[in-house]
Amino acid sequence: MTKITYIEHNKKSHTIDVANGLSVMEGAVQNNIPGIDADCGGSMACATCHVYVKEEWFDKLPLKEDGEEDMLDMAFEPKKSSRLSCQLIVNDQLEGLVVNLPEKQV
Amino acid sequence: MIVTDAVIIGAGPTGLFCAHQLGMIGLKCEIIDNLDKIGGQCIELYPDKPIYDIPAIPECTGEQLTNNLINQIKPFNFKFHLNERVEEVKRKNDKWFVKTSKNTSFISPNIIIAGGVGSFEPRKFSVKESEKFEGKSIFYSVKDKSVFKEKSVVIFGGGDSALDWAIELSKTSKVTIVHRRDEFRGAQSSVDKIKELKKNKQLEILTQYQLVNVKGADKIDSIEIKHENGEIKSLKIDYVLGFFGLIMQLGPIVNWGLNIDKKKISVNTENFETDQKGIFAIGDICSYPGKLKLILSGFHEGALAARGCFKYARPDEKLKFEFSTTSKAVKSRLGIKE
Repeated sequence: MTKITYIEHNKKSHTIDVANGLSVMEGAVQNNIPGIDADCGGSMACATCHVYVKEEWFDKLPLKEDGEEDMLDMAFEPKKSSRLSCQLIVNDQLEGLVVNLPEKQV
Repeated sequence: MIVTDAVIIGAGPTGLFCAHQLGMIGLKCEIIDNLDKIGGQCIELYPDKPIYDIPAIPECTGEQLTNNLINQIKPFNFKFHLNERVEEVKRKNDKWFVKTSKNTSFISPNIIIAGGVGSFEPRKFSVKESEKFEGKSIFYSVKDKSVFKEKSVVIFGGGDSALDWAIELSKTSKVTIVHRRDEFRGAQSSVDKIKELKKNKQLEILTQYQLVNVKGADKIDSIEIKHENGEIKSLKIDYVLGFFGLIMQLGPIVNWGLNIDKKKISVNTENFETDQKGIFAIGDICSYPGKLKLILSGFHEGALAARGCFKYARPDEKLKFEFSTTSKAVKSRLGIKE
C-alpha cells in the first residue's frame, strides 16, 4: 500500500492507501474520488484522468510515453505539470505523492 | 417517420453485433450514431491499435474488427443514420418515439442504447467568453471554408486536423497556428509542410501558447494568448478554429428517465432492459454487478437484449431458439442458399 493524496479543484483533499500495481487513476476511481472520469478505462485513449503533479514529485515520476503527451494536448487546461493518472503506476517510490485535480475533465 | 422493430443508438462493436443478433431472429432495426463513420470508439480512438481479446481472433485492429462486424450484418441491409444524435425519446402508446438532431424520427417498440461513454463531440476552449462567439467567430469544425477567405484565422491544436486546415487555409487566409508545446503530433509530412510555409512567410507558428482571453462585441476583435513563461500576446483576428480532438458526452440520454449512476445505466442481466420497458442498454454504458468493460461482454449483452426485444416487436409470436448451423429460417435470413 502506498499513500496517495488527491486534491480536488475545490481544495478538498483525500489521502488514500492505494495498492501497489494499480494506477493513480484506479486508486481514485475505486475510492469514488470525484474529479477523475477515466472514460476510456485506462487505455490512454481519452484525457479524462488528467492530474497536475506537485512540482517536487514531477521529476521523480517515470517519463511520459509519446502517446501520453499527445493525449494531454486534448486535456482541459494542460500545464507543464500535467500527467494522465492512468499512466502512473503506484509503487513504494510514490509514497506521499500529491496530485491536484483540474477544475473539470471535459 | 420510420417504423421499425428496434432503434440502436451507437454504431460501435456492441451496437453492430446486437444488430446482427436482431437480424438472426428476424427483426428489423435502424442504427444511429453521432459520428460520421461506423465503429464507435474502435474507429475514433484506436483504429490502428491491435486488440488481443476478441474470442477466436488472436489479434485485430479496431478498424478490422469494425469492418468484419459491418460485413457480418450486410445480409440484413440495415440502415445507418450517421452524423445524427438522438435528441428526444418519448413514450407513444405502447411504443417509443425517437427523434434525432437532423429531425429523422422513428417509431419502435424497442430502443437499444449502445452508446459507449456517450456521443463524441468536439472538445472546446476552456475560456468562458469563447462560448458566446461559438458558431460566429469560433469554430470546432469547418463546414464552409470560403468564409475564411482573405481573413485572419488563428488555428489552435497540434494534431492532423489543425495542421491540415492550417495548410489548406494558408492558401487564401492569413493563418496563425498556436499550440501548447513545440512538438506537433500530426503526420510528419504535415509538420514539415507547415515549417516550410512558415519559412516562406505563408503562415505563422506560435508554440507554448494557450488561449486565455477573447475580446469583442458581436464578433471577435482580438484574442490573448499566454506563453508558458507568462508573457501575454494579443492578436487581432477575425476567426478562431480549435482542434482539440473529441470528448465523450452522455448528452440527452440523461433526460430519458433512466436510472443513471456515474454516467452508467442500470440494467438487469436477464435481457439488459433498463427500468423503462422496451429500453435496453448494452456495452460500456450499462452497469450491473460484475460488469466487465470488454467488447466480448458487449456481444453477450447484445445477444440477450435482441431476444428481449422480440416479445415487444412480435407480441403474438413465441421466439424459437435456433442454431445458425442448422436452422433453415436463419440461413434464409442470411441469404444462404442450400
